[in-house]
Amino acid sequence: MAVEFSKESKAHFEEILTRYPKKRAAIMPTLWLAQKDFGYLSHEVLAYVAELIEESPAFVASVASFYTMYYKKPMGRHHVQVCTNLSCALVGSDNIVNCIKEKLGIGLGETTPDGKFSLDEVECLASCGTGPMMQIDDDYWEGLTTEKTLEILEKLAAG
Amino acid sequence: MSEKILLRHEDVANLRELDVYVSDGGYATALRVLKEREPEDIIEEVKASGLRGRGGAGFPTGMKWGFLPKDNPLRYLCVNADESEPGTFKDRQILEHNPHLLLESMVLAAYAIKCHKAYIYIRGEFAQGAKILEEAVREAVAGGHLGEDIYGTGFDLDVVVHRGAGAYICGEETGLIESLEGKRAYPRVKPPFPAVYGVFGAPTIVNNVETLCCVRPILERGAQWFKTIGPEKSPGPKLYCVSGHVERPGVYELPMGTNLRELIYDHCGGIPGGKKLKAVIPGGSSVPIFTADEIDVNMDFDSIAAAGSLLGSCGTIVMNEDTCMVRALRIIARFYRHESCGQCTPCREGTGWLERLMIGLEDGGANDRDVDLLMQVADNMMGNTVCVLADAAAMPTKSFVTKFRSEFEEHLQHGGCPQRSAEAMRASAHA
Repeated sequence: MAVEFSKESKAHFEEILTRYPKKRAAIMPTLWLAQKDFGYLSHEVLAYVAELIEESPAFVASVASFYTMYYKKPMGRHHVQVCTNLSCALVGSDNIVNCIKEKLGIGLGETTPDGKFSLDEVECLASCGTGPMMQIDDDYWEGLTTEKTLEILEKLAAG
Repeated sequence: MSEKILLRHEDVANLRELDVYVSDGGYATALRVLKEREPEDIIEEVKASGLRGRGGAGFPTGMKWGFLPKDNPLRYLCVNADESEPGTFKDRQILEHNPHLLLESMVLAAYAIKCHKAYIYIRGEFAQGAKILEEAVREAVAGGHLGEDIYGTGFDLDVVVHRGAGAYICGEETGLIESLEGKRAYPRVKPPFPAVYGVFGAPTIVNNVETLCCVRPILERGAQWFKTIGPEKSPGPKLYCVSGHVERPGVYELPMGTNLRELIYDHCGGIPGGKKLKAVIPGGSSVPIFTADEIDVNMDFDSIAAAGSLLGSCGTIVMNEDTCMVRALRIIARFYRHESCGQCTPCREGTGWLERLMIGLEDGGANDRDVDLLMQVADNMMGNTVCVLADAAAMPTKSFVTKFRSEFEEHLQHGGCPQRSAEAMRASAHA
């Protein structure tokens, strides 16, 4: 099989199984692990997870498709997600979205041609007192201005 | 109340680390309670404290624990750390800065309900929070505060951090349970409630982070102390999340029942730029809105309910006079359409209708009857679904339209947002 966890991830998967009384409950952490290893959850990856968990690929796909943070298509190296829910909108998240669109030359749901950035707007990230804000990969960037936003993007583009 | 209980990390540097937490008196309550007190006695003390759930519903915590059947030895504790209600950012403070307060409170709660396995369901976006919690769990196990035979008392507690992956509905306790079982987070029909049939078919208690974090202080200082803070029927310290148009947004720890006007003008410094207040959503985007002249209300479960809204998760969103209420409701409608799990027709279809109607009102293309239709759709959604997400979309809709109807009518007559077209004209004049 083309898709297979590394030895290290296999050990991690075995540890995940010990956390729950039922194997099925390991689906979400295993999907996280697979996304980390393979970048996104292709049909092949979903089928591989299904085999590990002993569920049907259709069932695993039904779970993966329910949650927005599981990627179903290849993503850029950095995933830029700007909160545009009410608290952030009140303090100018629209300006941040527009500034990023212009800087990266892409729209929402798109990836730059060099594969460096994907851009999305997201719902409330529980950072309402420090808006406008965005999440890039695992990190929160809060209290944004357009200048600060551009600076962050430039640093990541150079890195 | 000047002493911080839940936000103690603001007064004690590096409280996140186990040795700092312990030297600040941490885990002393767990040690004393596990060695000296009986589980039933703990449930009684929590009942006596009057603690009510901080996740939104305000249900008495001790009573919830008391619903567990006596005959089933297998039971689970689930911590709801799926903080996702728009405008709410309180639990994140505790998770990232004071994780051991949560873990110690979990030890106490688990001991009280005789449970040996606990899951912390943390929203997927809190990647940092999850790392901090996992580290805290490792530290606590190594220090003998969690794991097997805690303090030599024979009591075991295994804690697992379980990450969500981006779905608001996982904050609903039975949606959370389904998700934890490895499925789509479709909320369950209740009854049976989780205390009888919860995760993996076993009796389960689901408590919010802030709720649980009140347990250690209650057992440390006593139920009577807890009752001296705030009103008699919903006592205790409370975390208020204030965002939007205020000088000093943030999370404030104040006694339950703090006056909303005082919160906005005294604690948060009022509205920036000398602007007037227009409206306030007091408890997260799911609750009915208050107009500027309705804010003389105390922020506790009963007072807010009497004033026609809900305390919810205490996400207070403040809007100044320049805010377009149609735009604000459109954002709220988009959120619920995006987050409806799709299980129940009135919610799946209704949230889509609400958003489409709002888009028509703001961008143009709405019919004369669309304002009434908004109300009609909202009415048909309420009380007709498995969980309250439909109500959470309908309640703000109804209150926005009722209280700001003229603004909605104005959009209708103008064929879109008058404010936005005025801005566009100004922009083109400058160009």
